[in-house]
Formats: sequence, structure tokens, C-alpha cells
Amino acid sequence: MSRKTRHNGGLIMNTVAIETPSLAKVHGEQLMELPRDLYIPPDALEVFLDAFEGPLDLLLYLIRRQNLDVLNIPMAEVTRQYMAYVEVMRDRQLELAAEYLLMAALLIEIKSRMLLPRPVQAADEEQDPRAELVRRLLEYERMKLAGQRLDALQQAGRDFALVQVWLEQASEKRLPEVSRDDLRAALAAVVARARIHRHHHVSREELSVREHMSLILRRLQGLQFVEFSALFAVENGVAEVVVTFLAMLELARESLVEISQAEVFAPIYVKLASSGAES
Amino acid sequence: MKSLGEIKSIIETALLVSQEPLNLHQLGKLFDEEVGAEILRKLLDELRHDWSGRGVELVSVAGGWRFQSRPEYQKYLDRLNPEKPPRYSRAVLETLAIIAYRQPVTRGDIEEVRGVAVSTQVIRMLEERGWIDAVGHREVPGRPALFATTRKFLDDLNLRSLNELPPLEELSVLDGSPGGTVGIEQHV
Repeated sequence: MSRKTRHNGGLIMNTVAIETPSLAKVHGEQLMELPRDLYIPPDALEVFLDAFEGPLDLLLYLIRRQNLDVLNIPMAEVTRQYMAYVEVMRDRQLELAAEYLLMAALLIEIKSRMLLPRPVQAADEEQDPRAELVRRLLEYERMKLAGQRLDALQQAGRDFALVQVWLEQASEKRLPEVSRDDLRAALAAVVARARIHRHHHVSREELSVREHMSLILRRLQGLQFVEFSALFAVENGVAEVVVTFLAMLELARESLVEISQAEVFAPIYVKLASSGAES
Repeated sequence: MKSLGEIKSIIETALLVSQEPLNLHQLGKLFDEEVGAEILRKLLDELRHDWSGRGVELVSVAGGWRFQSRPEYQKYLDRLNPEKPPRYSRAVLETLAIIAYRQPVTRGDIEEVRGVAVSTQVIRMLEERGWIDAVGHREVPGRPALFATTRKFLDDLNLRSLNELPPLEELSVLDGSPGGTVGIEQHV
């Protein structure tokens, strides 16, 4: 299967004048010549070239197709073949990505550097001009194969389905539940608020919400976060607690602080809004 | 005090009804009384055994335990929904592989490996699937985002951790076999 398709590839490439020993195997016999009536769609080459994911992919194909040693790439031959492809792409006016030209330049550069005679003593220390290219080719090939393996893994929704029993309740809007204790707490809050109101009217304590906003901001300065309850000065009376609370709400509304709670009944934390804290 | 049988039924029901995998901690919270991780694990093992030989199986993934259909029945399920899920292109798969195996990486890192520009579309496709996300920025000019794979990626691929990814191939220097690992079939 793979042998056949590989030679089909070779067949298409014959148009790029790269010789292959045989075109295909038919019933175990080597097929040396194209059948006269074989139809090659004119778009085949474009499709073939389009199938490459970039210059590294094309280069890798040229090397692997001929079972060349990656660590000892025959630069002259590979460069010649690579250029042949690039020429075809240009002739066919395929959109030739800049990366292909860049690779062509790199190949030619490596080839020319290899022609330079190397001093005998320095030969070992001096790096092979091909080393970086080889490293990139191998890393690309590794990731290319890894991508195929990821695709071969069983995938939710494609190779198996997630099971979920239909639960009617899940789609229904849940309304809050109220217990006797909640009611009692609510009543207590109302009573407490009424008391503050009276208190406030009588003594007209100077407690501005804005002022408390600044106080809170100042307290939060330089700190990661502070526990919500720690920001209240309970000893100063109910009125102050309420104003502090209002200030905190106002700060949150103006996005100057962030108030968060990890889960129900977990401690509530207050911190400076992140943009202000980081800059 | 509930019997083990009752606890097992409760776990089973919760797993069947849940939209997401449930881990031991979440399963433990189902009960008023303390049910140790050891017991939960044993009951889950029993459940998995109970469901063997059925079209649905209990599996363990990164996010916990979940029920899923057996892959061999997928071809029948596909007939319920004739629309085939599209396959990812090589560009997407290679990008995903680089992020999965080399994370955290920037777009520049991905381009360096693939030798071509990474299209925004590919990154967005993987983000929308919930398989990758930006976990930070590299403190270099432009502060490029660093991408990593998510727990959903592991869950969707039936993996419990990145360690379970297929190992990277130690590539032979010379690929001797004629039907070698990289053939034309991947190109056409």
C-alpha cells in the first residue's frame, strides 16, 4: 500500500525530471514505463506541492523518499532537487511563500560553505555547516509524527461519545430556597438598619462613604489581599460598619477593588483591582 | 450509615448525570459521612467491572471519572448524526503537537519548529476547542503569549496526564525500511 503510493509520488515527480528506478509494481513486476493511456490530471502537481506544510516538510520528503542519511545530507543533490520544486512552483505561478525562498538561500549557503576547504586541525572543532539544518529537520519530523499520533488517539466526540443521563432538573431554573433561619437573620438586619438610621439622624456623625473608600484603598495598598471582615472596625459602632460596607460596594462598582470568594461560605477576600496593582 | 451498595449506587448515579468528569474529592462530597478515598477507588473499580461487557464504560481521565460509549460502537452512533466531524489539518495537528510536547511555547517557538508562519486561525481553532490557552507571557519585546494545553485536552483524548501522551519517536538517523515512517501517504 505504502509502496504503491510512494511510487505514485515518484510518478508525478517525473514531470520534474527526477529519475526513479521503477514507477510502480504491478502484480509483483516492476513497471518501468508509464502506460500510454494513463491520465495525469493537470492539477496533480499543484495538489502534490500544496500538500507540503512548508520548506522543512518538502526537504524532509526529499531526504526520506530516497532514504538519505539525515546526518550526512548530500547537499548538492538535495539542493538541486529542492530548487527543481521551487522552479516548478514558480512556473505554475503558485503562491510561493517567502519561507521556501529563504530555505533555498540557506541550502545554497550551506552548500557553498561546504566547498570551502577546512583547516585540518580545526576540522573537528568547526561545526558541520549542516548541523543546524539537521537539528531543525529532526525536530520538525518529531513534531510532525507526534501530531499524527495525537490524531490517532481516541477523541471525545469523534471516536466515542460522552454519556450523560438526561436530567430534567438540570435545565430548570433553580429558585433560591429560604429557611426560617434566613428569615430571622433578615429581620435582625432590618432592625439593625433601623437602629443605625435613628442613630445617624440624631448624632449626624461625619462618615462619608468616599472617605472610607480612600481608607480602604490605603489599607489595601501593597497587600496582596485582605480578608473582607478585617476591613471593618467593629469597635467604632454599627454606623461605621455600614459605611465601610457601602464604600466597599462603591469601590467594587468603580472597579477599584476586586472582591472574591472561592466558594459558598468560604472567606471573602478584597484586593486592589489588578491593573492598578501591577502598574 | 449507608451500606457500600448504596454508596456505589449514589456514585454511579452522580457519574451518569454529571456533565463533567467527577474526581474523588467531588465524589466524596456527595456524602454526609466520611467516605475514604480508598473505598471510593474500590467502588469505582467495582463499577467499572459491573459495566464491562456493555456499550458504555467507566473510564478515568485527567478531570476524574466519567462514563463514555465504547469506541467500537461509534460507527453506529455516527448514524444518529450523519454529519461527520471534520478532521484537523496537518497544520493544526503539528501546532497542537508542538504545544503539547514543548509547552509552554510562544507562536514564535511554533514557527521556529514548523518553518512557516502560524496562522491566527489555527491558534483560535485550538483555543475554541478548549484544548489550549495562554498561561502567561514571555518577558521579551512584544510580550508574546505562552500557550499550554488544558485539562480538557487531556480529558478529550482520554488521558490522565501529559505523561500519557504517546512518546516522541527517537528518529533513526537513517530510515532503512522502504515503507518508512514518512512516506508519500502523508502528503497526498
